[in-house]
Amino acid sequence: MTFETILFYVLALAGIVSALLVITRRNPMHAALFLIVNFVALAGIYLTLHAQFVAITQVLVYAGAIMVLVLFVIMLLNLQNEQDLFEKRSWRSYSGPILSLLLLALLLRTVAFVSGGSFDRISPESERIGTVANIGQQLFTAFVFPFEMASLLLLAAMVGAVILAKKRFP
Amino acid sequence: MQQLLQDTLATAPLGVTILLSLVVILLHSFVKNSERAQAMVSVAGLAIAAAAAFWTFPMRGTAFSGMVMTGGYASAMSVLFIAGAALTILLARDYLGKIGADFGEFHILVLLAVTGMMAFASGLDLIVTFIGLEVMSVCLYVLAGMTRGRLEANEASLKYFLLGAFATGFFLYGIALIYGAAGTTNLAAIAQSASARAQDPLFLAGCGLLLVGFAFKVGAVPFHMWVPDVYEGAPSVVTGFMSTAAKASAFAAFMLVFIAKFDIAHGRISLALAMLSVASMVLGNVVAISQTSIKRMLAYSSIAHAGYMLIGLAAGTPAAISGVLFYLLSYLFTNIGAFGVVSIIENEKQENVSIESFAGLGTRRPLLGALMSLFLFSLVGLPPLSGFFGKYYIFYAAIAEGYTWLTIVGVLTSMISIYYYLRVVVVMYFRSDTDATAVPVTTLGTASLLLSAAGVLVFGFFPRLITDIADTLF
Amino acid sequence: MIESYIPIFLILAVAVVFGVVSANMSWLLGPQRPNRAKNSTYESGMEPVRTAHDRFSVKYYMVAVLFILFDIEVVFMYPWAVQYRNLGLYGFVEMVVFIGILLVGFVYVIKKGALQWD
Repeated sequence: MTFETILFYVLALAGIVSALLVITRRNPMHAALFLIVNFVALAGIYLTLHAQFVAITQVLVYAGAIMVLVLFVIMLLNLQNEQDLFEKRSWRSYSGPILSLLLLALLLRTVAFVSGGSFDRISPESERIGTVANIGQQLFTAFVFPFEMASLLLLAAMVGAVILAKKRFP
Repeated sequence: MQQLLQDTLATAPLGVTILLSLVVILLHSFVKNSERAQAMVSVAGLAIAAAAAFWTFPMRGTAFSGMVMTGGYASAMSVLFIAGAALTILLARDYLGKIGADFGEFHILVLLAVTGMMAFASGLDLIVTFIGLEVMSVCLYVLAGMTRGRLEANEASLKYFLLGAFATGFFLYGIALIYGAAGTTNLAAIAQSASARAQDPLFLAGCGLLLVGFAFKVGAVPFHMWVPDVYEGAPSVVTGFMSTAAKASAFAAFMLVFIAKFDIAHGRISLALAMLSVASMVLGNVVAISQTSIKRMLAYSSIAHAGYMLIGLAAGTPAAISGVLFYLLSYLFTNIGAFGVVSIIENEKQENVSIESFAGLGTRRPLLGALMSLFLFSLVGLPPLSGFFGKYYIFYAAIAEGYTWLTIVGVLTSMISIYYYLRVVVVMYFRSDTDATAVPVTTLGTASLLLSAAGVLVFGFFPRLITDIADTLF
Repeated sequence: MIESYIPIFLILAVAVVFGVVSANMSWLLGPQRPNRAKNSTYESGMEPVRTAHDRFSVKYYMVAVLFILFDIEVVFMYPWAVQYRNLGLYGFVEMVVFIGILLVGFVYVIKKGALQWD
């Protein structure tokens, strides 16, 4: 067991436990806080895969900014009694988990088939491609076009947010 | 720098549209109450973008290190989106004022959506395809819920957003798996090794997930659940834009990714497309019969039309692709026209959109009645209107490829559709007018409708105008 | 490779331990004589009357969304800054276009008064 493997198992356990807590907490605020733990654990896993940039984005954007938004929305909704959100058990509430488990099984089978059943190898190339320097080089040479399109996506989101959420409009 | 300049020129339609949307945003920010001017600037700018598209048409190739397609197919699709946006903006002038939502943001979002559509339909790298899809979708989510005080619009926007985000998840996961299998997101590079990967489960799973994402965006059964509610709740002109330009862009990207570049259509994907097609044609046409709201009826008809176009994708030959392109163009003019008439009939509260509210329209407003009949006849596919030739080219190409059974389903379901389309015509001409609410006269709206009708007629009488171009796109 | 992150993990560990310890130390060390007034929510001396779950204004949401958008803009600058010297003028122009487009959005947001606390 190398240091990386131990680190991976610790982070993976933290990720799975926090994810289960997210979907089982009745208080949405607690669920949201566990989601932050989950995001940080994921960021750690990205680091073990040498994906620095993705790890940093995960912490900055997801654990930071997106979660602020999630918490605001929970407070915006002003749920007096969160328990009311849980509907009665029906066939619908069982079909969802069953379908997702089927999809998970299908995808795991696929990935297992490709990797020959072992998941403990990290591609040697990942040390090179995941660095911030390499992402910067790719993003600003080969991927200029999608990079500039991303600014249009942000622009559209900005205009959209103002239309939908500005108190007095126009 | 030389290369950068060349690439920028080759993608001029997109560049012009981006600049135009920035100009309109600044105009909107600095000049108060300039909504009319913004609309006019938008239409004029779109005309320049269309000219740029004609100018770049011969520059077939790629730009920005193989990221986007230029000329040919890309230019032709750009013209289509531009036409849709311009007709929509013209129709929206009086409509938005009527429903009390005359926001300048409408033009901004329509223009940004067009830039997204162009990138979506010309992306030669799955990353570009994805970002284009997102730019388009974000604009449409907001446009659907633009009338903030209306509960149905909120519902439409929220439903569209949630299901759209879910479909985006599938799309992105598909891209991730394909990248995992092929080691690249570039379509040309993927295509090179596609035949070697025909048995690779990772690659096939990726293609399958991508297929789900596309099927959602074109509104094919069983990924159609959002269509009726969103089409009904969104403002009518927005629905017209969504059901034509956005659908056209999704189909264009669909064809680029799955047929023109991957070349794995002949096999499993082809069968999956045929299944989606049958389900869409049958469900769309059968459920449309029982609708009382005109917008819901047109929504189910839109699902059915996605089914007809999927026949062409299942066949996957160059003739079928050019048939689908003709269909997209014809459907654009026809459906923007149909939703345009609906938007003129509607009252301020966007309430009376039942089929009954068309009663007596043929005698009350002969021009509107005639135009609506024309659009409905084209949707049925009666010759010599453009809708007929769209179906004809697709069915012809499908039979040549051995999909006779699919064509038979297409013809049979088209016959079902005659019933519900013609019911509206019957109501317009043979039912006396029950509520005598005056339908307002709108100059720009009527002009836009006349342009759409001209499209339906001209491409119906001279289909070779388009098919000759469509055969030279690649 | 991963060993080079050990200092970062150490800092993270110290931060977590410090937070947990200092939050619990006062509970462990301090005297505990609870009464009704002490257990009530601190409300500037006022009697708390409602639940602590208060409804936020949609204005906060708006600010949060705009914050995320500009946050993502800054994330893109990080790899750019790392590669700035290698990219040269070309990279500079790209970033100017990117920021220029978002600047138009910023002008729109300001002119629209979306950040005004009305």
